[in-house]
Amino acid sequence: MAPNTRHRRQAIAKAFTTALPRTLPVCISFFFLAMSYGVLMGTRGYSFLWPMCMSTFIYTGSMEFVTVDLLVSAFNPLAALMLAIMLGTRHLFYGISMLGRFTNMGAKKPYLIFSLCDETFAIDNGTTIPTTVDRGWFYLFVALLNQLSWVSGATLGGIIGGRITFSTTGLDFVMTAMFVVIFIDQWMTTTHKSHMAALTGIAIPTICLSILGPDNFMIPSLIAMLIMFIALRPYLEDLNTTTTPTNTDTTDSTDTPTTKENHTR
Amino acid sequence: MTMTTWQGIITILMAVLGTMLTRFLPFILFPESKEPPRLITYLGTVLPYAMTGLLVVYSLKGTQPLTGNHGIPEALAIIAIILLHLWKKNMLLSIAGGTAIYMALIQLVF
Repeated sequence: MAPNTRHRRQAIAKAFTTALPRTLPVCISFFFLAMSYGVLMGTRGYSFLWPMCMSTFIYTGSMEFVTVDLLVSAFNPLAALMLAIMLGTRHLFYGISMLGRFTNMGAKKPYLIFSLCDETFAIDNGTTIPTTVDRGWFYLFVALLNQLSWVSGATLGGIIGGRITFSTTGLDFVMTAMFVVIFIDQWMTTTHKSHMAALTGIAIPTICLSILGPDNFMIPSLIAMLIMFIALRPYLEDLNTTTTPTNTDTTDSTDTPTTKENHTR
Repeated sequence: MTMTTWQGIITILMAVLGTMLTRFLPFILFPESKEPPRLITYLGTVLPYAMTGLLVVYSLKGTQPLTGNHGIPEALAIIAIILLHLWKKNMLLSIAGGTAIYMALIQLVF
């Protein structure tokens, strides 16, 4: 079984070297953003164990920052639960987008779903994985590298606490830059029907944001997009047959032979 | 008012539960073994494009076009990213270049 093991190691290594440059911008900014969150917890008198556990298990930046405020207000577990569900509504849409691509992931699947934060989704969603690279290991390394940098940043921030202050002014723009780049990549590799879907994703949230403001626009945007896409269905229905840039199928070379990915119909 | 340790732990567990519910629900409702409804399959093909756009807007939600610097640093940096990316097609270069331009603009110019 030696050649088989070597083959498997090579496939894993190749997935890692494909994932690393894609995740690097996120890793760097995650580390510093999580550090500022850990410092915030530290200055509130919490031991580093708190930001470490919270960044590991909640693992969605917005909710972690909100939870810092919840912890110093009145005890209301139901409100915390509702807030987490409302802030996380967008994850439902990520899940639906990844249903087809997270098939045949075996034991990796629960972790891939657990760790599907905005940035990991953006990378998974925006990368056309070469057919020579194992999809499962690629997704796993993207998720792991991102979460490792987030948790280590939060933990270190918690240890530092209020002892050191540093400025990350402007660094969070890394996220905007990455989303813009992924948007351009998707735009360049697809036809005009996909452009219509992409423009809907820009136009509707922009309109909702300008009317409702930054704190209340997300859920109305998601609902309005849902309605818009259902209305556009007769026109966009054949999107997946005219262009399949992100649904690159590879035959899994390391695990048992997989059935051909079939989620189109 | 600060919570006791156990109240804090319960609050965090609720945050975990709520977040994980939103992440796992689509995969629980539409398992691999079953064919999802055609509407869901359709949404699964259009949403990937739309969600990237939503994330762009979401990450810019703090920008104030009517006050302060009117979002000019953001606009200039995004134009730079687009030009840089169309020119070199290098993801890391476009992201690093765009962020550097943005940080320079807000720290030195605006």
